[in-house]
Amino acid sequence: MATVTDSIAENWSELFREQALTTQDERLRVFYEQGTVAADSPLSDVPFVALDFETTGLDAGSDEIISIGLVPFDLNRIRLRDARHWLLKPRRAMKEESIVIHGITHTELSDAPDLNRILGQVLEAIAGRIVVVHYRYIEREFLDAALKRRLGEGIRFPVVDTMAQEAMLHRQGIGSLLKRLVGRKPESIRLSDSRNRYNLPHYGQHHALTDAIATAELLQAQIHHRYSESTPISDIWI
Amino acid sequence: MQAEQIEVAGFLKQYPPFNSLPDEVVDDIACQAEISYFRTGSDIYQFGDEIHDLCIIRSGSVEIYRRNGDLYNRLSEGDLFGQLGLLMNNKIRLPARALEDSLIYFIPEAVFTELCDRFDSFAYFVEMDDNRLRQAVSSKQESNDLMASKVTRLISRDPVCLDASATIRQAAQKMTDECVSSILVMKAAGSNREDDEPELSVAGILTDRDLRIRVVAPGLNLDTPVTEVMTAEPVTLDEDAYAFEAMLTMLRFNLHHLPILENGHPIGVLATSDIVRYESQSSLYLVSNILRQQSVEELAQLQPQISACFVRMVNEDANSHMIGSAMSVIGRCFKQRLLELAEEQLGPPPVRYCFLALGSMARDEQLLMTDQDNALILDNSFDVTKHGQYFEQLAKFVSDGLNACDYVYCSGNIMATNPNWRKTRKEWEAIFADWIENPDPEALLNCSIFFDLDGVFGKTGWADQLNTFIVRKAKRSPRFLASLARNALNRTPPLGFFKSFVMEKDGQHRNSINLKRRGTAPLSDLIRVHALAVGSRAQNSFERLDDVVKAGILPAGRENDLRDAMEFIAMVRIRHQALDVETEREVDNNVEPENLTDFERRNLKEAFQVLSNSQRFLKFRYPYTRK
Repeated sequence: MATVTDSIAENWSELFREQALTTQDERLRVFYEQGTVAADSPLSDVPFVALDFETTGLDAGSDEIISIGLVPFDLNRIRLRDARHWLLKPRRAMKEESIVIHGITHTELSDAPDLNRILGQVLEAIAGRIVVVHYRYIEREFLDAALKRRLGEGIRFPVVDTMAQEAMLHRQGIGSLLKRLVGRKPESIRLSDSRNRYNLPHYGQHHALTDAIATAELLQAQIHHRYSESTPISDIWI
Repeated sequence: MQAEQIEVAGFLKQYPPFNSLPDEVVDDIACQAEISYFRTGSDIYQFGDEIHDLCIIRSGSVEIYRRNGDLYNRLSEGDLFGQLGLLMNNKIRLPARALEDSLIYFIPEAVFTELCDRFDSFAYFVEMDDNRLRQAVSSKQESNDLMASKVTRLISRDPVCLDASATIRQAAQKMTDECVSSILVMKAAGSNREDDEPELSVAGILTDRDLRIRVVAPGLNLDTPVTEVMTAEPVTLDEDAYAFEAMLTMLRFNLHHLPILENGHPIGVLATSDIVRYESQSSLYLVSNILRQQSVEELAQLQPQISACFVRMVNEDANSHMIGSAMSVIGRCFKQRLLELAEEQLGPPPVRYCFLALGSMARDEQLLMTDQDNALILDNSFDVTKHGQYFEQLAKFVSDGLNACDYVYCSGNIMATNPNWRKTRKEWEAIFADWIENPDPEALLNCSIFFDLDGVFGKTGWADQLNTFIVRKAKRSPRFLASLARNALNRTPPLGFFKSFVMEKDGQHRNSINLKRRGTAPLSDLIRVHALAVGSRAQNSFERLDDVVKAGILPAGRENDLRDAMEFIAMVRIRHQALDVETEREVDNNVEPENLTDFERRNLKEAFQVLSNSQRFLKFRYPYTRK
């Protein structure tokens, strides 16, 4: 399990400017130079990109990304024609149990590229957008760790975490406390259970692109239910 | 490079019309899709919004509304919507709202259009699906049987009758015993069967309202014969009439009770309530509203209700005859009420008169956006120096009032405000005789307007008499008929429309075709020629056609062509006016080719061909020979 703490910045725009000056990698420099969304931008104006990884395990320090799915969207539309999906060849062999989860086999990955080869495309797809994930400790930490291993430097960017949104609603507050006191199980905040609560359809899981789309839909639903179009992005990014 | 969309494609493949498309095509559609989430109660599309996607419900449910807020359809997982908007100029006619939290897949217009072009099954589905839905919904929710059912279906009981020798008291007692609001007064008719009992026929009708107004209020002796207070020779209808004809008759004469006869014998009395049950938001209400308004301003405020009534009838699949008749009756009511108001203001008329409706209103073919064509028949004792001012003011009051109610001034000045069109009965006969005997171009121009005339107020019988005079004279004047026939060829159908899009080049409607000028007007012109030739006294084009067909002057086997063509062109015109109303565009008679469905295109082409052939036949049937 990831133990890394959140790399939350007080001022993302400033951090991006600094990183653009200090980074040694051209692709990262381009990424940071595009900047990020202003903290006071209303949600209706924010360009998002939902991002999902399948990995060989849960430890960012030792496990690797084997597929990336992403889809750009905004409050109105999720644009499938701009969705992307990559399979990646891990540097270390996959554990058999992870194959059971995501169904990606050794053979499929034998011809896949290393992350380093497609990093430019990934960064281009997420640049200038707010990254949306379900459980930020996977995508943000894995990408950070994978880059450190390859480039000697990591990556930092703000994210919106749809799981954290669910946790805020269902794991905090008096209602949740009472439930725990009377011994009831807390609401599940897993992606598929969270989607259920918003009448979102059941999608097959553990496919990076499908999960990214599922996450994008979940954030649209959360915003429509709990925020308004004018809520500033700084209220929900982390 | 596009990423495979397993979930979206897998979903689409389960539902029509996608389930009949090749897998790789659906995979490709899925890659082009967009997705959006809508919370319960939120608008997906509002009326008039632009639409550029076909929508598929992935989860949840969606309600489709009519403009007036009535539910049109309820859709759920796998159902489509938006195809109508895509097929109709990218404007939302039927708003959509999420009934539950819903996830919608959007398929971009470019993909939709390509699918329609490439796959007949897809085109057929999206084009027909809506009609099917509409039919299904309309048969469930607002079955309007007025169109299809005969009046006999509306009759709930035998009529209550009594003899003409009865007293008012006896009539009231019988009405009370039988729980009816009207009673028929019967008299012996001249029987042609000598040894049989004398046949009875309806002498009059007495209603609750008559008892109140004609008996109780003036304090009449209850032993007075019922014949003194009844309405003698009431308007009646034959049992083979359609329910909508009953409605129109009641509207037209503002009746609350209508006896239905079978071979002259009453078989029942229709009450307004019998009809209202069939059409809850009926034009009956609008008419009674018109007749209740106390000023021009109040009348003008009813205008939106006319368009609403029009759109409703279109949505209820009424035919053009029914819609044209209803709109004409409504127009007449405005005139009638305005004349009543004028007389209240100006005092009673110094001589008797008949106010005439001309043109489409007289033919019962009025639609929306129509100008006022009217005239006055005055008593022969009319003296311009003594009475001229009164009728000038009367005409001005009505004409201004109509204009305020959106029956705009006639650009050709064919209005009673024009002193030329305020004539005595003798003068009218003289000028019609002159037009028929000397059919110069100007006379012929007038003919196409004045030959359709209908009395709307005052001595309406004078209009009938004038009409009889005209028909008799015209029928015997082949030279006139030949001239009128030539004149009817002036406006030709746009046959090239579908090849090279020959469209009106004038004004703002550059890319459109005027269905009135190039379609229904030339059709009614040529039907009028035939009707006059066979001595038909009917005004409505369909009724004229009935007479013409009976007379057997049309080419064998083609009798119904003209009727079908008229109905089709009129209905396209009507539907497009309804669309204009619903999309809050200015209502006109133009249609743009891109607003036509394939079905309309195909059939319009055929209808214009019928018109063209009929015009050729007209030339042949009424040859022009010098005297």
